Amino acid sequence: MRPTTPTAEKAPTTTDTTTGRHARREGFEDGALLTVDDVHVRFHTRNGVVHAVEGVSMALSEGEVLAVVGESGSGKTVFTRRVMGLISGSRDTDVEGTVTFDGIRLSELDAKGLSKVWGKEIALVLQDPMTSLNPVKRIGTQITETLRLHQNLTKQDANARAVELLRSVGLSEPERRVRQYPHELSGGMRQRVTIAIALSCSPRLLLADEPTTALDVTVQAQILDLLGDLQSRLGMAMLLVTHDLRVVRSRSDRIAVMYAGRIVETAATKDLFDAPRMPYTEALMNAVPPITGPNHVRLAVIPGRPPDLLAPPKGCRFSPRCPYAQDRCLTEEPPLRDAAELPGGATGDHSFRCWYPVGTAENVEARRVNVERGETAAGTPVTGEMVPA
Amino acid sequence: MPDLRKTTTPSLEKAAVADLDATDSEITSADLDLVEPLTGATPTEPAKGRRRRTPFGWYLAWFWIAAIVISAIFAPLLPLWDPAVPDYNNVFGGITPQHWLGGDTLGRDNLSRIIYGARASLLVGLCAVLLGAVAGGILGMVAGYFRGRTERVLALVTDVVLAFPGLVLIIAIVAILGASLTNLIVGLAILSVPTFIRLARATTLVVTQREFVQAARAYGCRPMRIILREIAPNVVMPVAAYGFIMVGVFIVVEGSLSFLGLGIPPPTPSWGGMIAGGRTQLIEYPHISLIPAAVMFLTVLAINYVGERSRKLFEVRESNL
Amino acid sequence: MSSTEITRETSAVMDEPREQPATDDVVLRLEDLVVEFPAGAGQIVHAVSGINLEVRRGETLGLVGESGCGKSTTGRAIMQLPRPTSGSVHFDGRDLASLSAEEVRKLRPKLQMIFQDPISSLNPRRRIPDIVGDPLVVWGRGSEKAKVVPEVLRAVGLDPDQVADRRPHQFSGGQCQRVSIARALVLEPEVLICDEPVSALDVSVQAQILNLLEDMKARYGLTLVFIAHDLGVVRNISDRVAVMYLGRICELGPTEALFDAPVHPYSRLLVSSIPSMEGAQRGEVGTGEMPSPVSPPSGCRFRTRCPLATERCASEVPEMREVAPDRFTACHHPILDTPVEASLPVAGAAPAGAGDPSTNGSAPAPADS
Repeated sequence: MRPTTPTAEKAPTTTDTTTGRHARREGFEDGALLTVDDVHVRFHTRNGVVHAVEGVSMALSEGEVLAVVGESGSGKTVFTRRVMGLISGSRDTDVEGTVTFDGIRLSELDAKGLSKVWGKEIALVLQDPMTSLNPVKRIGTQITETLRLHQNLTKQDANARAVELLRSVGLSEPERRVRQYPHELSGGMRQRVTIAIALSCSPRLLLADEPTTALDVTVQAQILDLLGDLQSRLGMAMLLVTHDLRVVRSRSDRIAVMYAGRIVETAATKDLFDAPRMPYTEALMNAVPPITGPNHVRLAVIPGRPPDLLAPPKGCRFSPRCPYAQDRCLTEEPPLRDAAELPGGATGDHSFRCWYPVGTAENVEARRVNVERGETAAGTPVTGEMVPA
Repeated sequence: MPDLRKTTTPSLEKAAVADLDATDSEITSADLDLVEPLTGATPTEPAKGRRRRTPFGWYLAWFWIAAIVISAIFAPLLPLWDPAVPDYNNVFGGITPQHWLGGDTLGRDNLSRIIYGARASLLVGLCAVLLGAVAGGILGMVAGYFRGRTERVLALVTDVVLAFPGLVLIIAIVAILGASLTNLIVGLAILSVPTFIRLARATTLVVTQREFVQAARAYGCRPMRIILREIAPNVVMPVAAYGFIMVGVFIVVEGSLSFLGLGIPPPTPSWGGMIAGGRTQLIEYPHISLIPAAVMFLTVLAINYVGERSRKLFEVRESNL
Repeated sequence: MSSTEITRETSAVMDEPREQPATDDVVLRLEDLVVEFPAGAGQIVHAVSGINLEVRRGETLGLVGESGCGKSTTGRAIMQLPRPTSGSVHFDGRDLASLSAEEVRKLRPKLQMIFQDPISSLNPRRRIPDIVGDPLVVWGRGSEKAKVVPEVLRAVGLDPDQVADRRPHQFSGGQCQRVSIARALVLEPEVLICDEPVSALDVSVQAQILNLLEDMKARYGLTLVFIAHDLGVVRNISDRVAVMYLGRICELGPTEALFDAPVHPYSRLLVSSIPSMEGAQRGEVGTGEMPSPVSPPSGCRFRTRCPLATERCASEVPEMREVAPDRFTACHHPILDTPVEASLPVAGAAPAGAGDPSTNGSAPAPADS
């Protein structure tokens, strides 16, 4: 296989159309490309109501990369699907809140209205490239279909563009690839194809839902680098959804950590890694086995299991697993607090949900109390090893 | 009979596909616990929701099935006319206080014959399906677990039986062994075995891929124990759900055969025989044929409805496992 | 070099005292293990192509590689599930491949396995104590169930009373994996093969299971073969690591040394691809993907992606050889004494500090053509 670094001159049309479109929409002042305001999603199941997403708000500026990080049950997948419009209100599903893209209320559009935005202005890269590609259609057909749907291109032009797109995502021999079927490609190559399809109409926002989870580690790095490269080159905004904090460290501007349907901490990437405030974020960072230093290290453990959204804990959602939990955490759910309020708090846009944020005197005191007591207010045993001092 | 095959094969494929889908989504989904509500939200599966009430039809169907089954079982204890004894005052009789559903061409009581006929119809349906399901289920699991030559031989047998016209087979059996309840049951069971083999085999293939079967082999379980303890409990449900629907199919088949004179020989009452008995007087006395036909129709409808619905419920529950 | 030679050299190195309880006593030895599957249309998947490997009693051997490299197939071939196409698996001095099915079955209690998908690993229709106790019943020790099962459940961190009437779907992935581990331990095996035991779990739960495996290893005196694609996880739990690529082992060595300065270009690529909590990737990110195991490249199988590949790599299969004490690689152009953070030597230039101990007379420089 040949080196597959994409070359800059391969997407000239992209940049033109993008810049042309930037100034077009009027009546939209606050600069955010995507605004999500107080989104709720509830599923009514046989066993009760699952509050999968609870009051999530965020804003994404033009050209910004926002990573949404969470484990299973955090609601990140449901949230992304809501933003994409794949989940809408139905007999079993309640949705609330608004999703606004460039002044368009996505949350109020029907399928027909959404289809005008999807693919063209907002594109999607999903976890499993095999399921997002049609197995019985040639790669080329799948790309040209999208192209011709949104742009007035002749068949020849669309074909030429498809080859060009495949080259820009680093696929070797693009002329041959357009005639192949998805099953003839490897997982990484397929994911490159879905990225090519996503980019075919020069979207302004790319939603990437676990784009590399199904891929191997060496390919994962390639795909993430490709996404980052294309994002900065095309000036797209990107919402990168993942369960792995590590992969977004060098590839995002801001991070929103989700837990049990809520955003529990959001900050600029550097601030989050330098000074996490929410104990969950801190624990998540410590739970990953280090790749330097000695082996057989006793890993810091987050006790318990991700919360059951059918019966979420009262008070702070993380309190049953939190080493700092006090009585207040069990009864009163902390609001999103601004880190600037804290003594020596970070600058910039950093907020979190915690009564005893990491790095404060209250936190140290809470920890001391819990260690003395041998357990947290929620009854979780606390040992010295749980969180490194 | 040929329509029997037509109706069975697609549902068999559907069942196998549904199984595959279930395992796939389990493995690939990162947010395992959120998969279910998501699929539930799609319009094709409105199975559960807050405003989901168990439909009235569900109770009605069960009520009908229960009424038929209970009255069939306790028929000798019920204050009924003897179904075999003609009452010459009741020939072609309409609905009277003595004969609630009138009488047939020989004046026998229709209600009594319908209830006694239910015994025959249900017996044929249940026993044939039970035999077929047990034999087919075991053979299917063996084929699916051992693969190789066992599977190829069974596949060949299955194909041969499926390719053989069902009606001809039944006629052959009746011609050689004579028309009787037992022969009919055996004939129908033989016809149903291949589809049960296929269903059980397809399910076994999926279940065998799951790691608990690998684990059982790894700790030294012998194949027979694996099939009985690990695989069988997972194959029983789909086979049973399908078998339930097959009971309805076989009731109709029994009716058709009796109508053709190949089913249960008179004077034993059966629904098909009753419909056949009234067909000469269909214009003047339609109720003689139509009442048993309506009873059969409602029974099969109820069985299909209950079967289809429980299959869906079971599939949803299965996807949770 | 044959594997017996490796043994002798290895033991010499292992004479120095180590903190790990690993000994020179080889509990499991794979010789020329080959596993092939028919792929339809007369094609053959070369899943594992001639692996020689030794597992020492009491150690944790990590087996890493990307999907399709044959690491899981190797694990299953050790278990004889299914039996390997050729080659031998020596366990406690007996060649499993030459034993009858019944003789292999008799050895199974000593050789256990846990699987990737915790939920699929447990029969959804059975209760937890039955699942954990089933191996005892199979081996005619059903009477001990009442005593042993609660003990093992407690050992893996589950409350026997709480799980008594439950079925697997009432548990989370992490708890199911605990049950799987309990089932594997109930027969008190010598060797536990862990096939991606944490990759289906959330990060916050992974750490629990990894710590548990370490505890169980100490408590039951286990030898672990730990198969995983997550290098961070493997790095933390393993004493030694074998890196696999396309059905062959390309590098084998002590964990820390291997991760700090990988010798084989592929291990290097793998290690530098690990996303790190500390920052960006540690080294350069490569290109390309693994070719299909149906038609693997000639010679060295990594040559199609290798920045150091020469003509020799295409014609000659590199043999496993010892390039440093206890460190083995199958590469014509090993990268010696170069930490992973350093950039790879440019083709044509000799690697930094190249003390190539190659004895077969070829040029030490990686790319001389």
